Amino acid sequence: MVKAHICTNNLNLWFGDNHVLYDVSMCVFENRITAMIGPSGCGKSSLLRCFNRMNDLIPSARIQGSILLDEEDIYHPKARVTDIRTRVGMVFQKPNPFPKSIFNNVAFGLKIQGKHSKSEIMDRVEKSLKDAWLWDEVKDRLHSSAMSLSGGQQQRLCIARALANGPRVLLLDEPTSALDPQSTAKIEELCLDLKSKVSILIVTHNIAQAGRISDYTAFMYLGELVEFGESSQVFTVPKDSRTEDYLTGVFG
Amino acid sequence: MSKRELRNLAGKSLVGILCAITAGMLIVFLYGIFSRGIGVLSWEFISQPPRSGMTEGGIFPAIVGTFWLTLLSIAIALPMGILCAIYLYSYGRPLWFVKLVKLAINTLVGIPSIIYGLFGMAVFVNMLSLDVSLISGALTLAILALPLIINAAEEALQGVPKDFTEASIALGAPISKTILRVVLPTAMPNILTGTIISIGRVAGETAPIMFTAATFYSRRLPSSLSHEVMALPYHIFALMTEGSKGSLQAPIAYGSAVVLLLMVLGVSSIAIIIRYRFRRNKQW
Ligand SMILES: Nc1ncnc2c1ncn2[C@@H]1O[C@H](COP(=O)(O)OP(=O)(O)OP(=O)(O)O)[C@@H](O)[C@H]1O
Ligand SMILES: [Mg+2]
Repeated sequence: MVKAHICTNNLNLWFGDNHVLYDVSMCVFENRITAMIGPSGCGKSSLLRCFNRMNDLIPSARIQGSILLDEEDIYHPKARVTDIRTRVGMVFQKPNPFPKSIFNNVAFGLKIQGKHSKSEIMDRVEKSLKDAWLWDEVKDRLHSSAMSLSGGQQQRLCIARALANGPRVLLLDEPTSALDPQSTAKIEELCLDLKSKVSILIVTHNIAQAGRISDYTAFMYLGELVEFGESSQVFTVPKDSRTEDYLTGVFG
Repeated sequence: MSKRELRNLAGKSLVGILCAITAGMLIVFLYGIFSRGIGVLSWEFISQPPRSGMTEGGIFPAIVGTFWLTLLSIAIALPMGILCAIYLYSYGRPLWFVKLVKLAINTLVGIPSIIYGLFGMAVFVNMLSLDVSLISGALTLAILALPLIINAAEEALQGVPKDFTEASIALGAPISKTILRVVLPTAMPNILTGTIISIGRVAGETAPIMFTAATFYSRRLPSSLSHEVMALPYHIFALMTEGSKGSLQAPIAYGSAVVLLLMVLGVSSIAIIIRYRFRRNKQW
């Protein structure tokens, strides 16, 4: 029996008057990859950004319902938002390493927490880079600028940077849509490798990608979670006709 | 040729002519200053104090005075300007207050510099009894530079891509650390180039220091903040308006102008170099 790691319960989200998410209830399961698909503007990113409270940055955002991370309500008034964000890592669509050295990118989260020794940071940086399959490519130039890496390498650096915090859940918002096919394949394999360490929720426009790597699939449409279940089932015998239409490309 | 092509051509040539006129005026201007001032330039001119009632010798004390006035005023205005810009940049400030501060800043930019001079005299020289001194002049110039630096710094902070702030916050950094460790370092080269440009402005101002810091003649170099100082722009002004030997003073005024121009151009080229190197390194 797989354990639910982070779950939303009747989640509603508004940006001002714009009702963006309607009663979404879904879970990300431990050591599984969950893919989120759906047409543009249906609320995938918005939902993803509820899981690490990034929507807090948008003043007009208003949220209703709850999200439980390991049974703990992350929107509880006493919850520490910075703490939640170290436990729920995020990787963005466009690789966005800081204009700092490779080392300092990965060490950033640890240095912010300010409770790690130099050697501890060094070890964690090395481990994270290894976990993100980047170590061999950068071990001789840890102190050169992260901007000198290729797009695919930059994205794996961003994954390493998120992993350094030791998160339990990793959120990926279309992580490969700005990359070439080779880098994309590498990140897909990396995700499959990483799921033994973290639970993964990945937004993708690439249905084939969702099919290749995910254990569970969520299909969103116009702010509603239309279908959520094991990928094998969602892709072969979807319950909802809208899911079938989307998968067969009736609408994009 | 069609009507549209003709219009295009006319537009293009008009713009070209206007650009040529602008460039031409710059050349005439530089030629006017340099041709009259270059003759008096010598090692003695930039390393000796004036002699024989300003008609001989050099302008060394004025160079030193301008150097200190500029350096001190920027040293005061830069930290204040950066702090103020960070305040304006941060989220969650009451909007009306931010708007008010911005209005005040933009009003200050437009105020004629002689008003700064009067203000400096009233507040620093008289009220705070700092007298006519290096520190009074530097404070007055700092107030003049402050709105320029705030604007440059705020623009530089706003120019840092949101991708970086989001990445930092998603890693668990609070807003304050995000600003200090990501936004500020990323914006720093642009803040510095903006500051260097305001150095050019500060170094050349006469009116703010006329009543607050400058003296026409002093053989000694300033060795304390409470000393009066000679300064290049004021020196030029005084040479052209005071004294009895106008025809002997004028070449020295033009020579001083050349030195001032070269100093400002030198500082600006540092800004250009910083910006160039930074552009080459950044890839976002
Ligand atoms: N910062 C914001 N402020 C106001 N409205 C927003 C904001 N971000 C997103 N929205 C709105 O929320 C809705 C959902 O957008 P969202 O970005 O979540 O869609 P998406 O499914 O991720 O689309 P895409 O596939 O194009 O990335 C849209 O109607 C959008 O206009
Ligand atoms: Mg999106």
